[in-house]
Amino acid sequence: MTLSRSILIGGLLSSLIVTAALISFVWTPFDITQMDIPNKLQTPSAEHWLGTDHFGRDIFSMIMVGARTSLAVALVAVGIGMGLGVPLGLWAASRQGGWADEIIMRGNDLIFAFPSLVIAILITAILGPGAINAIIAIGIFNIPVFARLTRAGALPLWQREFILAARVAGKSPARISFEHILPNVANLLIVQGTIQFSLGILAEAGLSYVGLGAQPPTPSWGRMLADAQTMVAFAPHLALIPGLAIISAVLGLNLLGDGLRDHLDPKIRVMRT
Amino acid sequence: MLRYALKRLLSLLISLAVASIVIFAVIEIAPGDPASFMLGMNAQPDTVAALRAELGLDVSKTQRYLNWVGGMLSGDFGTSYTYRTPVGEMIKDRIWVSLPLALYALTLSTLIAFPVGIYAAARRGKPGDMAVMGATQFGIAVPNFWFAMMLVLIFAINLRWFSAGGFAGWDKGAATALKSLTLPAIALALPQSAILARVMRSSLLDILGEDFMRTARAKGLTRRQALFRHGLRNALIPVLTIIGMQFAFLLAGGIIIEQVFFLPGLGRLIFQSISARDLIVVESVVMLLVFLVIMVNFVVDLAYAAVDPRLRART
Repeated sequence: MTLSRSILIGGLLSSLIVTAALISFVWTPFDITQMDIPNKLQTPSAEHWLGTDHFGRDIFSMIMVGARTSLAVALVAVGIGMGLGVPLGLWAASRQGGWADEIIMRGNDLIFAFPSLVIAILITAILGPGAINAIIAIGIFNIPVFARLTRAGALPLWQREFILAARVAGKSPARISFEHILPNVANLLIVQGTIQFSLGILAEAGLSYVGLGAQPPTPSWGRMLADAQTMVAFAPHLALIPGLAIISAVLGLNLLGDGLRDHLDPKIRVMRT
Repeated sequence: MLRYALKRLLSLLISLAVASIVIFAVIEIAPGDPASFMLGMNAQPDTVAALRAELGLDVSKTQRYLNWVGGMLSGDFGTSYTYRTPVGEMIKDRIWVSLPLALYALTLSTLIAFPVGIYAAARRGKPGDMAVMGATQFGIAVPNFWFAMMLVLIFAINLRWFSAGGFAGWDKGAATALKSLTLPAIALALPQSAILARVMRSSLLDILGEDFMRTARAKGLTRRQALFRHGLRNALIPVLTIIGMQFAFLLAGGIIIEQVFFLPGLGRLIFQSISARDLIVVESVVMLLVFLVIMVNFVVDLAYAAVDPRLRART
């Protein structure tokens, strides 16, 4: 089976960003903690591939390190969502119609009804700005997404013969959930995980932009945009480049998610709001 | 229908109660005492105690929660710690920026998304459809505050068609006021319209496969007639839910865009209050936004059930 164009383009863009983030651990073209005021606000050149910012720091290097921040925050936020949401969803499905199912699903509806951005801002504003609190704020809203999806995927499976066979064999609902249900909803989770990952990157950028995400000196794409705002008139590349980085990451992950969905199972549909 | 409405009303009330408790609790764990913060480091303990009493901070947490909720129910949103003015007044001034902005953006988003979605569905699989799908993928990936900066760069700084920020005020006339909301509304609307266009397209494609569409063609309607007379009406149901959700999102999502354009709306009020540690304002404005979002979803659900009886049975 050949891979679709979405998977190829999406995979290429995503791996480009991931590679840049990984390489930044061992090497960047310039040291981003080093200010070089005489060379500030340069446009792209052979020496500084993407130019320099108002402190003379190399933008290409900052984008590489910023990728690290974005990916780390979004990845851990998805991890929180999956880590808590998937077991909850499995549990709810195994007790379909019971009080546990009811409580879990109503709790989910409740979190869904909240304007996530406002609550994320509230959480980071009160707990203090920073990457960790941004992760918590984004992660909380991933929990109901994965809980719902897992439950929806698991419910029809409980009617199938192979689950009945496992029950007859004396396996507990918890063991059945993890040994038989989970592998069968894994495809769904991978696809949704990719989409949530991209939404996490957008959310992190937004929070950093309003100053509630990663704090300086940690570079982040949202922060670079906030810094660029006052200089957009005479140094538009400062705003253009971090924006394009965000778009490539989000676009890449979305294309990858869509492509994977079609590739793994054309029938499944992912929630996207 | 009545049974369904009552059931939804109950869950609405529970949502609001839980939301208020969560918001109150989050604000409670915030470090620092507002009274000592307002009076500065050198304040006398008895002055601080007097101010605490004046602000109603000297009672138990439960009592304070009840006072806050009770006050809001009777229209009293508390008094700002920093400005000493009623929070209700501050909200009233600013909601006339945030609400029109959200409505403006929603209108734009719908006006763009409908024709684009219908066009793509009608050209399914053809180059026109592919172009639309590619463009909407791109639209979804664009952060709206970045798009806002680009709009400022092009239309305010280079072309000078609009001002780069600020709000003219409704007293200058509706046209002037709307003009200063235009760039922010476009910035909010375009990414949303990309999502909406995709929903419109896929919803129409689902409908086009239905038996009644084949019947419509069989009785002699052209593709276009069938699409507009029978397809569109049925495809609108999922689209309307998304529009409801988008309105909620635009209302809440406007708070970052307000930062970009220095619009004196609820979003800027939240950020200003956060930096001034004016927590009663943060608390009440966040609660108001949550209330509006939950209400919009409630109304959409009801409207939905009224249109489509199948939904009432399901829940």
